[in-house]
Amino acid sequence: MPEMTLLESIRQGLDEMMAVDQRIFILGEDVGKRGGVFRATEGLYDKYGPNRVIDSPLAESSIVGACIGASLNDTRPIAEIQFSDFIAPAFNQIVQEAARFCYRSNGEWNVPLVIRAPYGGGIHGALYHSQSIEAFFCHVPGLKVVAPATPYDAKGLLKASIDDPNPVLFLEHKKCYRLIKGDVPAEDYRIPIGQAEIKRQGEDLTVIAYGMMLHHCLAAAEQLANEGIDVEVLDLRTLRPLDTEMILESVRKTSKVLIVHEDNLIGGLGGEIAALIGQHAFEHLDAPIMRIGGPEVPGMPYSDTLEHAFLPNVETIAAAMRELAEY
Amino acid sequence: MPTEITMPQLGESVTEGTVGRWLKQPGDRVERYEPLLEVTNDKVDTEVPAPFAGVLQQILIPEGETVRVGTPIALMEAAEQADVPAPAQAASAPAAVPPSAPASASARPSASAPARPASVPAPSNGQSNRFISPVVARLAEEHQLDLSLIKGTGLGGRISKRDVLNYILRRAAETAEAAPSAVPAQPPVAAPAAPSVPPATEPPIELPPDSELLPISAMRRAIAEHMTRSRRTIPHVTTVAEVDLGGVVAHRERTAPEFERQNVRLTYTAYFVQAVAAALRAVPIINASYTDQGIQLHHRVNIGVAVALDDGLIVPVVRDADEKNLLGLARAIGDLTERARTKRLSPDDVQGGTFTITNHGVNGSIFAMPIINHPQAAILGVGAIQKRVVVLTNNGQDSIAIRPMCYMSLSFDHRLIDGATADLFMMEIKRQLEAM
Repeated sequence: MPEMTLLESIRQGLDEMMAVDQRIFILGEDVGKRGGVFRATEGLYDKYGPNRVIDSPLAESSIVGACIGASLNDTRPIAEIQFSDFIAPAFNQIVQEAARFCYRSNGEWNVPLVIRAPYGGGIHGALYHSQSIEAFFCHVPGLKVVAPATPYDAKGLLKASIDDPNPVLFLEHKKCYRLIKGDVPAEDYRIPIGQAEIKRQGEDLTVIAYGMMLHHCLAAAEQLANEGIDVEVLDLRTLRPLDTEMILESVRKTSKVLIVHEDNLIGGLGGEIAALIGQHAFEHLDAPIMRIGGPEVPGMPYSDTLEHAFLPNVETIAAAMRELAEY
Repeated sequence: MPTEITMPQLGESVTEGTVGRWLKQPGDRVERYEPLLEVTNDKVDTEVPAPFAGVLQQILIPEGETVRVGTPIALMEAAEQADVPAPAQAASAPAAVPPSAPASASARPSASAPARPASVPAPSNGQSNRFISPVVARLAEEHQLDLSLIKGTGLGGRISKRDVLNYILRRAAETAEAAPSAVPAQPPVAAPAAPSVPPATEPPIELPPDSELLPISAMRRAIAEHMTRSRRTIPHVTTVAEVDLGGVVAHRERTAPEFERQNVRLTYTAYFVQAVAAALRAVPIINASYTDQGIQLHHRVNIGVAVALDDGLIVPVVRDADEKNLLGLARAIGDLTERARTKRLSPDDVQGGTFTITNHGVNGSIFAMPIINHPQAAILGVGAIQKRVVVLTNNGQDSIAIRPMCYMSLSFDHRLIDGATADLFMMEIKRQLEAM
């Protein structure tokens, strides 16, 4: 199986889908001739032409809005938001329109739209190029939110997202783009939306994460293995709908849970997961549910030192795991 | 913000500690590592050093009170924050309720702050109050467990899910082993001792002018409680044997100089421990504890040796005495008695005994009926070695001789040991000692 970066797996996924389905087109800032600021669409303009890989104005609302309209006319649009930090202008289109269209039309109309959005920090992006925005959108029924952490999952989930008849927000962690490599099979495959995966089996405690934090958690789990603490790491992969069954199953096994996300702690996805566990696995808990998330700071600092302090890292995660194991 | 000082764990198997004496009072400045208080476990006093420099603000647990490991016992303000003398609060206030639990995760959440599970208040004094997690409660219900029998290894001695699962596994294994006896294994003797007799329930004593009331030290209270419990629960019977220590005396005279060169003092006690260990192997039922659920047979031979102190008595334990030779026993006994007299025993040194020897003869007593060291099954008292005129029979010829003789008495728990068994044990000790 060829090894590739997460970025390459996304590009390959886009390419393979566009090759077989003429209805698919890409709309976004600099996605055409330039191939996207991260080169996710590199080569696709040359291969599929300006009618299927379209450069848009700097106007996120119109990118999503135009895609919604197109999707109602038998196309399969893929919108790219250059940085998820700039998704706010499109919030209205995504939440008020795309997410509700099927419901509003009593199932008559669907919006088969995929919105790709690079997110996350640790790349010296500072305030406007580092944010995590998943919590805003995970709040909305009618919207699916996907956040793969490995090349294999990214390609499989991207294809499943394009297949999906309803809107999917597809989040790509920028730090993972070139850092994370993995085997991706040549043959066509899908990873169903809504399925988490145990990336590491363990008995002593469960750590739930996604995106770049998953890799930190796996590294921390390796560290703790040397100390005789056996950590199970669950990769959510899909943030909405959550794989409640797998989460609860793991908690029933280990009875201790740590939830890690880079997104702001307060009002973050971790709170929702903790509530689910508290309600449905209360009698299986042996320790308080713990969370690690972004601090109460309005944005990711630019300074290297402060950025490092802002982000959860292997050490802070390992320390929390130890505390939980000791409890 | 003041920091909680918690009851430290002073030994591997120690789950609680008694505040013996506060060496600092509220308002006192304390240097880092400076002794803050004395904690008493099973009569062993340990000084607890301050974890950082600062000012002792409040004493939460008064002297004499026993709390579980991890329970907050005092509040201290770190040095840099403690410029203003702390508002002293009366130390005598019995177990002031910890100040409105500072549980609010933290006013200024940071990446690491919310990760602390410390928001669960540490269990307060007394084991009845310890925190039982939902999964532990459910498992206890499902398996009909008495949680007071389970030793907690979690934070502050909390019983964790793993503790419960291990207990269930162990119990299953033991039940399988002990099938013929058909009693649920794991008698409750492993549980921590019953809560201390609350002195507060007694009416105040009216003191006549020609007497005085001495305060009861933690050690004295422990002895009193222990003796009372033993007498109350164990039907004592004492049997006596007379032993000719001629062989032992000669052996010791021959061997002591050789041991001396290895820096080991050879006392008679080493011989007694050696003989008792061999006898316990020969009559294993003596190495046991009676419980309502079954007789707990101890597979290890851990012999306690009573050591008199100026202000009381303590029983350090020679572990696995049956696996040591005379040199090893003498060395272990020398080390333990030395540390007992200099108050350097650790709580682990005085726990886990399965049989006790008290050598009252060193003070001239020739004969005693000692009280059993509960929950053990028997105790051996060794009287003074005295030269006596005895009649020896050699090849059918009687003769009169002067021999170093000694009375040994065995007080035993008549619930599990019959007189014949006790005498069998005594005769084995006698045989061992006279064969030296």
